[in-house]
Amino acid sequence: MLTRREFLKLCMSAVLTTSLTDQLAPIMRQAFAESKLTKPPVIWLELGSCTGNSISLDNAVNPNLNQVLADMLDMRYNWLLNAAQGQQAVQALVDTVEKEAGNFWLVVEGSVMTADNGRYNNIFMRDNQMVTGLAAVREFAPKAKYIVAVGTCACFGGPSAAYPNQGGAKGVWEVIKQPVINVPGCPINPDWVTGTFSHLIMYGIPELDGYNRPKMFFGQTIHDLCQRRQQFEDGIFASFPGESGCLFKVGCKGPVTHADCPKRQWNHYVNWPVKAGAPCIGCANPGFPDSSMPFYNHLPDLQTPLGALNVKKFGLAAAGLGAAAVGAHLVTGVVAKRVGKNWLDGTVPKESEPPENLEQLKQELDDLIRQQNALISESKTLARVKAKRKLPKTFRQKVVDFFRPGQKHRR
Amino acid sequence: MAVQTIFPVTRIHEPLRVDVEVQNGKIVDAWLGAHLFRGMENMLQGRDPRDAALFTQRICGICSSAHAIAASMAQQQAFGVVPTPAGQLLTNLIFAADIIQNNLRHFYVLVLYDYVKGPDMPPYTPRPQADFRLPPKVNDELLRHAQEAALKAVRAHEAMAVFGAKAPLQQSIIPTGITERASVERLMAYSAILQEVTDWVEKYFINDVMTIGEYYQDYYHIGAGYGNFFSVGMFPSPVTGERAFKPGLVVNKGQVEPLDVNYFVEEIRYSWYKDDAGRRPPAQGVTNPDADKPEAYSWVKAPRYREMPLECGPLARGFINGDYRRGVSVMDRLVARAQETLKICKLAQGFLNEIVPNSPSYQPYTPPDAGSGVGLTDAMRGVLGHWMEYKRNKVTHYQVLTPTTWNFSPRDSRGIRGPVEQALIGTPVAEGAGLVEAGRVVRSFDPCFTCAVHMLEK
Ligand code: SF4
Ligand code: SF4
Repeated sequence: MLTRREFLKLCMSAVLTTSLTDQLAPIMRQAFAESKLTKPPVIWLELGSCTGNSISLDNAVNPNLNQVLADMLDMRYNWLLNAAQGQQAVQALVDTVEKEAGNFWLVVEGSVMTADNGRYNNIFMRDNQMVTGLAAVREFAPKAKYIVAVGTCACFGGPSAAYPNQGGAKGVWEVIKQPVINVPGCPINPDWVTGTFSHLIMYGIPELDGYNRPKMFFGQTIHDLCQRRQQFEDGIFASFPGESGCLFKVGCKGPVTHADCPKRQWNHYVNWPVKAGAPCIGCANPGFPDSSMPFYNHLPDLQTPLGALNVKKFGLAAAGLGAAAVGAHLVTGVVAKRVGKNWLDGTVPKESEPPENLEQLKQELDDLIRQQNALISESKTLARVKAKRKLPKTFRQKVVDFFRPGQKHRR
Repeated sequence: MAVQTIFPVTRIHEPLRVDVEVQNGKIVDAWLGAHLFRGMENMLQGRDPRDAALFTQRICGICSSAHAIAASMAQQQAFGVVPTPAGQLLTNLIFAADIIQNNLRHFYVLVLYDYVKGPDMPPYTPRPQADFRLPPKVNDELLRHAQEAALKAVRAHEAMAVFGAKAPLQQSIIPTGITERASVERLMAYSAILQEVTDWVEKYFINDVMTIGEYYQDYYHIGAGYGNFFSVGMFPSPVTGERAFKPGLVVNKGQVEPLDVNYFVEEIRYSWYKDDAGRRPPAQGVTNPDADKPEAYSWVKAPRYREMPLECGPLARGFINGDYRRGVSVMDRLVARAQETLKICKLAQGFLNEIVPNSPSYQPYTPPDAGSGVGLTDAMRGVLGHWMEYKRNKVTHYQVLTPTTWNFSPRDSRGIRGPVEQALIGTPVAEGAGLVEAGRVVRSFDPCFTCAVHMLEK
């Protein structure tokens, strides 16, 4: 069996040639064969969701879903797959909860509908009583060994919780007291789920960030890993989706989105949004989709006590004042809701914001500052050579872009 | 007389409750209740109209591209733009790949275990006490094919991602085409996968469905329903706008007539909504949830066409296009879907051949301040419509009418059953089998409530 360190290396490898799931399959199979591990019994509940996560998980190849089931999990209840229906299926569910208490995993796909005490989402009938998703999650969670939220809806409410959220959709961790491992994405990349499951089986709970996301997949931003990053640094921006150049100005949320799409890609390395000319819409973020919309507008200017800072000038100010000072200042501002959770121009009225996770925000802001610093240092170099008037074109363009408010696109 | 209940109906998408009244071993009455309300249309209010295609895909992860396409058609009308020729063909290719994926998974993942004994492990056990009739050899062979089919569905999604960026929930469709390029390499990548999937569908998919039909002959006589069909067509041609699948209406298995979407209305007598009007055309629909409404039993509204409940989906398209007219039953629905899959594989090959490599796959555009548009296309399961209106760059009205709403409609204000409720009537049920027969009828429609249960808007 792999050591945990080797496993993490595999998950985070920058040069993936086959999908992670492909590489994990034989390892898992062997470990099970040598009876070093046992398959966990799993109850998979689908609540307020679009089923996109199950479908995406189906796209894991070798193992395909059948093999995932056979090789890794003992899937007792999953209404997309159960041969039984109605009462017979519910009996299997109830038996698992009883006989495997403390041992089974509770996997949730879709958000918990809480309005009207959960009545907008009944999920099964037991003893002639309708049971809501909310009630089921609250009843099963204390008995589960691990609780895993799969997809942005289950993690943070996601699209089901978009304003005005009449159904009262919430993330699983908002309605129960037990810890929840959040694997976001709209939908999830199958590798994120099979990787997390494998880690749970072999080594227990993986290292998590402030939002309880496994760091091995959500530890870096799209922007950190992006193939168009050099164009961002060089100030070459697309003025319409589909053009070459960094997609920042046409709405890319890569700088504030933690996920590894650029290196992992989708559907077995066929493609991923930025590669296809489509801006990242930040689907793995808490607050998605409201905090990402309008999808085709760029990250907005931040209102701070220093005045409006667009993302680039943000960095410049950081350089002038010392990054730490501005960072601290902004974080304070965030907490005071001056910047607000929805620092993108979403459609949600600003007052209904739950408190932010401070650590996470700090991390995101720090990331931004670091990225912008790189640009500033280059622009300083630029200033120094300016006298010579022999600037390469891209450099000159970069300066022009740098000081120009973001809305005006370069043609 | 006894009412029996299945809840949840498994191997479908989202919570569905089926109540049936059984007399002398036959179903004599049926009620279908959908049990999830999210209110997605209301969420579109106030958003940027350019976001509609990306946002509405989140209604459904199974037929995501269909929503993207209906929304982008509504956008095209509202923005006054048209896709480039390559843009239209590439959009068709994304859609074709998604339908192929859907149909393979519907049969081999969801429907198969109604007729074939799965492996002896969960989630295939416990297994219903059903009349599994296949000889062990045939049974095993079908299970093997199911494994391969799962891989072909994965491949179909890879083809979708070649131009769609990812699958499900593609990200590249915009009103004037797609953001990915029609490079020679990408066209070849799609073509290679398409070839592989086409071969497989031709060789196994249709045969496997027919095999099941042989052993379950009675299902060619079960699940008939009204025989009223409609379709708005799909896969527009870039030049003529003509659709590869024609629109049309069939009443009681009769002749194909023209369809007029202005006759669509939705009624709510048995749905958990309050509205004094009781019936409204989609463009004026309202959605006020009322979970305490006494007679109601579903979150789905009852759409009607001139008072008539209509069925949509592959069998409806088969009738209207003259591709499949054997009959109306559970098995006919499955066979029509398999045959249609092959037709779509071949159409996709045609789209590929038409694309001029490296020609512009979209056109930059700026939307006007205000506009309105309707996008109608058939999706995997049937007729899908998006109605959008926006002012000052904010959506003021959005409405979605989905296939499952039509098929799985509850009773209307005159008490007329929805198409699947009707199809259940007359189904023989064996004692102690847990209503497995009713499940077979329901699954033949490929139900998906994720999309059905949020009619509405303003
Ligand atoms: S803004 Fe987006 S496209 Fe540009 S480098 Fe960052 S992640 Fe890539
Ligand atoms: S690139 Fe961004 S929007 Fe796309 S899947 Fe990854 S996190 Fe989601």
